Amino acid sequence: MNNSLVEYIMHLADNSLIHGHRLSEWCGHGPILEVDIALSNIALDNIGAARSLYEYAAEIEGNGKTEDTYPYFRDVRQFKNSLLLELPNGNFADTIAKCLLFDTYQFYFYTALKNSSDNRLAAIAEKSLKEVTYHLRFSSEWVVRLGDGTDESKQKMQNAIAEHWEYAGELFAPSNIELEMIEQGIAPNIDALKDVWQQKIAETIEEATLSFPLSNEKGWFQSGGKKGIHTEYLGFILADLQYMQKTYPNSEW
Amino acid sequence: MSNQEWPLWEIFIRSKAGLDHKHVGSLHAADSTMAIEMARDVYTRRMEGISIWAVESINIHASNPDDAGIFYEPSNDKIYRHPTFYDLPDEITHM
Repeated sequence: MNNSLVEYIMHLADNSLIHGHRLSEWCGHGPILEVDIALSNIALDNIGAARSLYEYAAEIEGNGKTEDTYPYFRDVRQFKNSLLLELPNGNFADTIAKCLLFDTYQFYFYTALKNSSDNRLAAIAEKSLKEVTYHLRFSSEWVVRLGDGTDESKQKMQNAIAEHWEYAGELFAPSNIELEMIEQGIAPNIDALKDVWQQKIAETIEEATLSFPLSNEKGWFQSGGKKGIHTEYLGFILADLQYMQKTYPNSEW
Repeated sequence: MSNQEWPLWEIFIRSKAGLDHKHVGSLHAADSTMAIEMARDVYTRRMEGISIWAVESINIHASNPDDAGIFYEPSNDKIYRHPTFYDLPDEITHM
């Protein structure tokens, strides 16, 4: 049972870590200074949430594991983040689209996770929800600004949402581990969050004067991340992230 | 790509309840909502404050430095305007 819980925590932590890492790549490259700082703040919030989760997993596992064990010493197939989050940052609209889809998901997810039968996860959800509420405000407002902006920004925002849409479905498709956790009252039923998520996204997209719906008729989506089947991009992220620990194992500073 | 700059905003932060909002700096933003959120990201990330004011710089009217002579120097020799001739009890602070 503990094994499944650790696996589940790992999925949540990997989502936050990989999203945070991608956003951290904007540091020094933001379109303007203030947005650069905002994206870095959001990156740090995500990495902070990942740390709390990895730390919890390490406590359950024991055996000398620490919060660093998971991000630095696992390989691609052991990461269980959703594919959406490992996609490259693209242009600013691409990143904002990715943020909108994920922030909206996290908002409803953490709201539900506050009621988890696992007190530690409920506490992490409570803390993270405040951060995510701000992230969602940031990404939603930028979708509206770009969508309802110039012809060029509108086109880029529309393309960005269309391109990321097929990766969002995976967030709501429970894996076997998730089903087990839902059964035990530890995880919220993510499948049930999809309608309210889509409703909220539709409102934002409408406010941004963009077009909706974007999904194809069959509602097909990309998936695999939750099972460890990733896009080619994750390997490059890990190469960056793990370089120092792999070159100088267990180094500290 | 437009070269039009976003307007400049002056940012004031209240560090804790009861204290004044103090000027902390300025930033460019498209509107007041964006100005306040950017101020949050730029100026309150180290727990500097609990309240933000954003004022578009164009609305701030400043005195002219050239007027310094006629504005401020006449008060230099009017020391009697300072209430320094009273003995204050030790218990009184913030005077």
